[in-house]
Amino acid sequence: MLELKNISFEAEDGKQILKNISLKIDNRFVAVTGPNGGGKSTLAKIIVGIYKPTSGSILLDGKDITDCSITERANMGMSYAFQQPVRFKGLRVRDLLKMASGNNASLDDCCEMLSEVGLCAREYVDRELNDSLSGGEMKRIEIAMVLARKTVINVFDEPEAGIDLWSFQNLIRVFEKMYAETKGSILIISHQERILDIADKIIYLKDGVVEQYGAKNEVLPNLLNGTSGFCPALTNNNK
Amino acid sequence: MDTLQMHLLKEVAELDALPVGAYNIRANGESAARNTTANIDIVTKTDKPGIDIIIKPGTKNESVHIPVVLSQTGLKESVYNDFYIGEDSDVVIIAGCGIHNCGGVDSEHDGIHSFHVGKNAKVKYIEKHYGEGEGRGKRLMNPTTEVFLEEGATMEMEATQISGIDDTLRKTTASLDKDASLVIHEKVLTDGEQSAVSDFSADLNGEGSSCNIVSRTVAKGNSKQHFISVLNGNAACAGHSECDSIIMDNANVLASPQLSASCTDAGLIHEAAIGKIAGEQLMKLMTLGLTEAEAEEQIVNGFLR
Repeated sequence: MLELKNISFEAEDGKQILKNISLKIDNRFVAVTGPNGGGKSTLAKIIVGIYKPTSGSILLDGKDITDCSITERANMGMSYAFQQPVRFKGLRVRDLLKMASGNNASLDDCCEMLSEVGLCAREYVDRELNDSLSGGEMKRIEIAMVLARKTVINVFDEPEAGIDLWSFQNLIRVFEKMYAETKGSILIISHQERILDIADKIIYLKDGVVEQYGAKNEVLPNLLNGTSGFCPALTNNNK
Repeated sequence: MDTLQMHLLKEVAELDALPVGAYNIRANGESAARNTTANIDIVTKTDKPGIDIIIKPGTKNESVHIPVVLSQTGLKESVYNDFYIGEDSDVVIIAGCGIHNCGGVDSEHDGIHSFHVGKNAKVKYIEKHYGEGEGRGKRLMNPTTEVFLEEGATMEMEATQISGIDDTLRKTTASLDKDASLVIHEKVLTDGEQSAVSDFSADLNGEGSSCNIVSRTVAKGNSKQHFISVLNGNAACAGHSECDSIIMDNANVLASPQLSASCTDAGLIHEAAIGKIAGEQLMKLMTLGLTEAEAEEQIVNGFLR
């Protein structure tokens, strides 16, 4: 179980991004949603150790991990799929999968990892993670790396953003399968109703404050009815 | 050859035993082994140290190894190797130099290579430099490469200097006739007090000629690097040079790309980038469980692959 106690985060320019957030994440699948600039990505980065909170503490299964580094948290079983996957000149898809899975990543292993996200290993393992890959390809490889780690806490920052050519339904299936076949928890930042719809619980974060946190069945109708700042006209239009 | 020389040979030419095909192995200033084939002749020069390598027109799928190893401290040599590559041939040339200097005096190898590549011939040239040894004496290498590409000839050159050379001045000049093509990939890593200068200059004289120079370097410690590339577009041609450097510690990198066009249809581009390893790259690998130092190593190794 992941617990955040009184977490605040102030940016370098003095702006208060997160304001005294306390949360217990004890369900298998929790979605974080809310308007842009509300602090969702900051929250994810604080959980995986990229940012240190200005105040407050983070507990993993009761252990205070606030001062643990990114590496230490990764080795405790945390994974993080970046919103904007990082590109590397020279490093290949196979190299990253090898680091992620901790094994030698044979073509068969890579095939298993990449086919989950709809990519053919034969075509991709030797590709460099440079500008030659599209944003959508990078995004899928990013998700594959998290799947390959088989960790207890899996944080995804807007996995749906930039997913191209590959149907959105497949992405949903990836998370459903992960939920069904692994024991880990999934924490996913998303604006997509269909992703929110498969979560156990939803956190609605706005202006650095948790406005709502509860079971999907309670929170999602409020969001779709526009009572929490979601624009009803847009929501209806998108239906 | 002794064990130390065999070890150097493995580092520069990945050879455990004598190679297949033509070869000339030079150890401590003397020819240690040579083999010629029906199509490839190797002749010792009479006026200065070095060899002529003559490849018959139409020679396909053959290779020439000409590694040099130096294990005698204080040895300084300049060696002239001239390649004459016949029309329509397709060959691989593997050169390289390894120096082991455990003494207090500098060891130096200056290889001056010229490549006369005939019409429509294709050459892949691989050159690797390596130095080791605990002695105070420096390990110095100054390779000069002169390339002459006739009509339709292509050459791909891979030059690698990953560690152990204290001081290097790499000078490469090229002239390209009609439809000739030259691709150069250079990889350099310097550390400590080392210094490396790469000086490329290509004259694109023929219509349809093209040249692509890609240099990737990593500078650590107090080392210094200088990358110079001059592309002269004298005809309707395409030239591109790229220098991409990772800088660490107190190192210094200077990139001086230069383009000169004297034809309105010459398309010349240069790119140069110097920077430290991006923080987000380190973070990504750390989220996979690597320490910062391990992440750095992976990024540098990948970059110089």
